[in-house]
Amino acid sequence: MPEPMLAVSGVNTHIGQYHILQGVDFEVPRGGLTMLLGRNGAGKTTCLRTVMGLWRASAGSIRVDGRDITRAATPEVAQLGVAYVPENMGIFAGLTVEENLRLAARAGAPEAQRLEWIWGLFPAMKTFWHALAGNLSGGQKQMLAIARAIVEPRKLLLVDEPTKGLAPAIIANMVQAFRELKHAGTTMLVVEQNFHFARSLGDTVAVMDSGRIVHTGRMDALAADEALQQRLLGLSLDAHQ
Amino acid sequence: MKADWIPVALVPLVALAALPLVGSTPSWVTLTVAGLAMGMMIFIMASGLTLVFGLMDVMNFAHGVFITIGAYAAATVLRAMAPAMQAPSLAANLSAILPAILAAMALAGALGWFFERVLIRPVYGDHLRQILVTMGGLIVFEQLIHVVWGPEIIPLERPATLSGSVLLGDAALERYRLLAVLVGLAVFAAMWLLLNRTRLGLLIRAGVENAEMVESLGYRIRRLFVGVFVAGSALAGLGGVMWGTYQGSVNAQMGMQVLVVLFIVLIIGGLGSVVGCFVGALLVGLTTNYTGFLAPKLALGSNILLMVLVLLWRPRGLYPVGKA
Repeated sequence: MPEPMLAVSGVNTHIGQYHILQGVDFEVPRGGLTMLLGRNGAGKTTCLRTVMGLWRASAGSIRVDGRDITRAATPEVAQLGVAYVPENMGIFAGLTVEENLRLAARAGAPEAQRLEWIWGLFPAMKTFWHALAGNLSGGQKQMLAIARAIVEPRKLLLVDEPTKGLAPAIIANMVQAFRELKHAGTTMLVVEQNFHFARSLGDTVAVMDSGRIVHTGRMDALAADEALQQRLLGLSLDAHQ
Repeated sequence: MKADWIPVALVPLVALAALPLVGSTPSWVTLTVAGLAMGMMIFIMASGLTLVFGLMDVMNFAHGVFITIGAYAAATVLRAMAPAMQAPSLAANLSAILPAILAAMALAGALGWFFERVLIRPVYGDHLRQILVTMGGLIVFEQLIHVVWGPEIIPLERPATLSGSVLLGDAALERYRLLAVLVGLAVFAAMWLLLNRTRLGLLIRAGVENAEMVESLGYRIRRLFVGVFVAGSALAGLGGVMWGTYQGSVNAQMGMQVLVVLFIVLIIGGLGSVVGCFVGALLVGLTTNYTGFLAPKLALGSNILLMVLVLLWRPRGLYPVGKA
């Protein structure tokens, strides 16, 4: 069995006096899309931020592509090929779309072929190439945030709630873009509240509750088991379609 | 990308609005050049402070001591090179001025590095402690200046070729003020090019908005922080040389005295914005000079009034920087 791209083992994270992650264990297989689900406050965002080195794990280990990054600083994690799209998108509003992407391309200017691929995924990025990122719509900002994460080939993409606040038509675009990213072999860990979105894209799933992983398995198996969904997530799939 | 030219247009608008109030055109020209020169010197002193606040979110009240130490370093060098300063030759004057400026920037930059490393690093993210620590640092270093240079005011003469005035029609323009305008424009142009035409500038602008995201893209923002802090301190040192030479003397409180005006400029311009700082400094320089001529008793309050008016119009300053 090949080594997973991301292996999180027994990770604890404290933020101030709060013990948020309480022994988190899960893996993200290579080339697949893993959905991290859970109710609000379960610790999903903390989990991504801990992997990214933005918050320090107080115990446990995190390995990316076989390398221990538990104590690594955020820039080191990024340099290893991990890209992060935070919940607030983290775009630089005062920079143009072009400048946002140029900054993310650490090797220099983005490759022309890669850029064409990104423009194919998100045509708005080409249309608004010289526009200030702060003037884009919510959906376009999300596209920019994801485009920035994939402007160079990455080993692992961490995306926090990509559909949050987006209109259904934009979500459909986003689903298509993620399908293409999967097709291109990008390994992804996506935190999501929209179960329909998660079901349509996820290969594997990890469900969190109160700072712990309470379920891991195939996404299609969870999608087919309403009782399990109800127990883990407190939802009915029909209600979220 | 659509540029916002309205705040920039305020500078000539304020100048033109003052023309009928001043009445005499030669007086207006003299006051305008004096205001622009003052604004440029304020910009040089404040530009580092706005970047440090924008990028590092640090309220650095110790910035005044970098201005003072720069002025003292220059005074020391220039005193040792008095004959070159008094010679009626530009080359001879420059042979004294350039080492003085280099000494001022180097000493202020080194002091900035020390402050960042020792005093400010432990209090990142805590504004209250930053204010306490940097104010404390300012007071301690003011006293250390007394220890090293003595409590007396040190005269700082202008070089022979930059003394006196040139006549433009009936208007007398001080040579030194014209130089200040040129130096200010050069510093602004250099900063603008650095920030808008280089990758380093792109990183600084992005870091001002969202330092955490810059780190998530793989850049070590802490190193950038230190570099910007040292560069900002060195610029304050340059500003100190120019301000001290403009005032004709240096004293240990000069940085503290100008600090309030610098903060007003930062707030008017928009915290973290270099263009805003430039426009804000020019507006403050012009307003101070016009008000000083028209209603001297109001001169002190004119900057506060200007700040209030700007904030009523744009509550986050002329060029707000989007903080994530």
